[in-house]
Amino acid sequence: MNSVSGTHSVRFQAEPINLKNAQVQKLVKIVLGLMAVTLVIPVALIILTLLQKGSPAISWQFLTTFPSNGMTAGGIFPALLGTVWLVAISLLASVPLGVAAAIYLSEYAPQDHWLTRVINLATINLAGVPSIVHALFGLGAFVAFFRLGTSILAASLTLAVMTLPVVIVASWESLQSVPQAFREACWNMGATRWQTIWHVVLPNALTGILTGIILQVSRAAGETAPIMFTGAAFFLPFLPSGIMDQTMALALHLFTISTQVPGVPEEIPFGVALVLFGIVLVVNAFSIWLRMYLRSKKKW
Amino acid sequence: MNIQENQPDIAIRTVSLNLWYGQFQALFDVNLEIKQGIITSMIGPSGCGKSTVLRSVDRINERLGYVRITGAINVLDKNIYDVDVDLAQLRKQVGMVFQRPNPLPISIYDNVIFGHRIHRPPGSKLHRDEEDGIVEAALRRVLLWDKVKDKLQRKATLDLSLEERQKLCIARLLPVKPAVLLMDEPCSALDPKGTAAVEDLIWELRGEYSILLVTHNMAQARRTSDECVFMLMGRVMEHSKTDDMFVTPTRRETADYIEGRYG
Repeated sequence: MNSVSGTHSVRFQAEPINLKNAQVQKLVKIVLGLMAVTLVIPVALIILTLLQKGSPAISWQFLTTFPSNGMTAGGIFPALLGTVWLVAISLLASVPLGVAAAIYLSEYAPQDHWLTRVINLATINLAGVPSIVHALFGLGAFVAFFRLGTSILAASLTLAVMTLPVVIVASWESLQSVPQAFREACWNMGATRWQTIWHVVLPNALTGILTGIILQVSRAAGETAPIMFTGAAFFLPFLPSGIMDQTMALALHLFTISTQVPGVPEEIPFGVALVLFGIVLVVNAFSIWLRMYLRSKKKW
Repeated sequence: MNIQENQPDIAIRTVSLNLWYGQFQALFDVNLEIKQGIITSMIGPSGCGKSTVLRSVDRINERLGYVRITGAINVLDKNIYDVDVDLAQLRKQVGMVFQRPNPLPISIYDNVIFGHRIHRPPGSKLHRDEEDGIVEAALRRVLLWDKVKDKLQRKATLDLSLEERQKLCIARLLPVKPAVLLMDEPCSALDPKGTAAVEDLIWELRGEYSILLVTHNMAQARRTSDECVFMLMGRVMEHSKTDDMFVTPTRRETADYIEGRYG
């Protein structure tokens, strides 16, 4: 039966060049793999350090009381609340503006028009501006020019300007990922652009837009520089009574007790860092979960 | 005056239609008369301009921005490039069926009623029963009702076959009572069985709608159309009864194309 197989058994043998290629291939795979693993190390170390040094400080009381004894003891309640305020109000400002801008850019703006290019250029550059420059802009624009003073409102608006480009880009990408065929189907039935956007494009782009927004929560919560000059205070003995008051914030509080206040027990700054990190982690995890959940329900 | 007499018997009439995409001229002096109530197919090699003609009739082309047109396209004796033409009203009268079935990612029910809803005067709300009736009538018309009546609230993009999707795409045009149906290779994504089913449906709709069908499939043109237009390099070469064209084409180019000497 198989008599032919033996006679041509010298075909398809590896030659030296093939062996060398295989070795290089193996080496490249190992080197790249090691680099990828290296990426995990800092994250793991940060989490371990924070947990190890910060967890003794964490308690219900830590989260719900004011700092005391010149900020060398007590809790972080006003800073935690302040961060929530700042993030909420900044999103209130940046989300409607950013999503509206993204809808315009994606659905209405004529491609290759000079205005579209200018807007795109502005968005990209705004995303590249260092946060300390945003801080100075906020100081000049919101605190001084619009006479908002150093206040929650001024700080939130500064954060909003900082997060705006990412909200725009994330929303734009998400709108662009809705297949063109859906839009054509709608237009061919006589739907206006807005009807198309409202009934078909937005519902399908919502996942990506939400994810983009949620990721900005963690970014806004973690920023120190933009709020330092515009509305966040080192220490306040009382809670803000409105958006024109100053507030404490977690990120700035961490900076303050780590660098400005002598004699703070080590576990307190690490505790603050752990809380801040925890918020960011929870928010990001929620965003990833939300994206996966909504994506699993969406099929076309 | 009788309404019947008022109706022109030409559904689409193009008059010296020239069209440029930027610098490239895609249509040259196209004069077509597409009769009402019958099926007219357009054949020709890729890039000959048949889809361009189709896409000009519901003015979806101009969305590209760099399209320039001279001449006129009269739909039901009205030049659709007149300044007083409203695009929404035009597209209500002229429905388009695409190459790839593109049901919207909403329920089957909502797909069918979508067009009707967006063309309703603001504030007026139809009773649920009336909407149900419209949806059922449209789905029955495209021979899809029995297959989907138990899953009307399921997403149309989930578990319909391509054939069923294409039928749904035709069904959603019907509630707004279009006069003209444009079909851009409606069967080219379907398997032979689906193709046969959709062809049957197109034949079913004959008489009630004026149908302009672009196809690459010569057998399909022969099977399903009353009249046939052969285009080549942006020009109309021949327009005659389908049977005549396929049996005794008057032009050499037509004969060569039909016999598959180029394509």
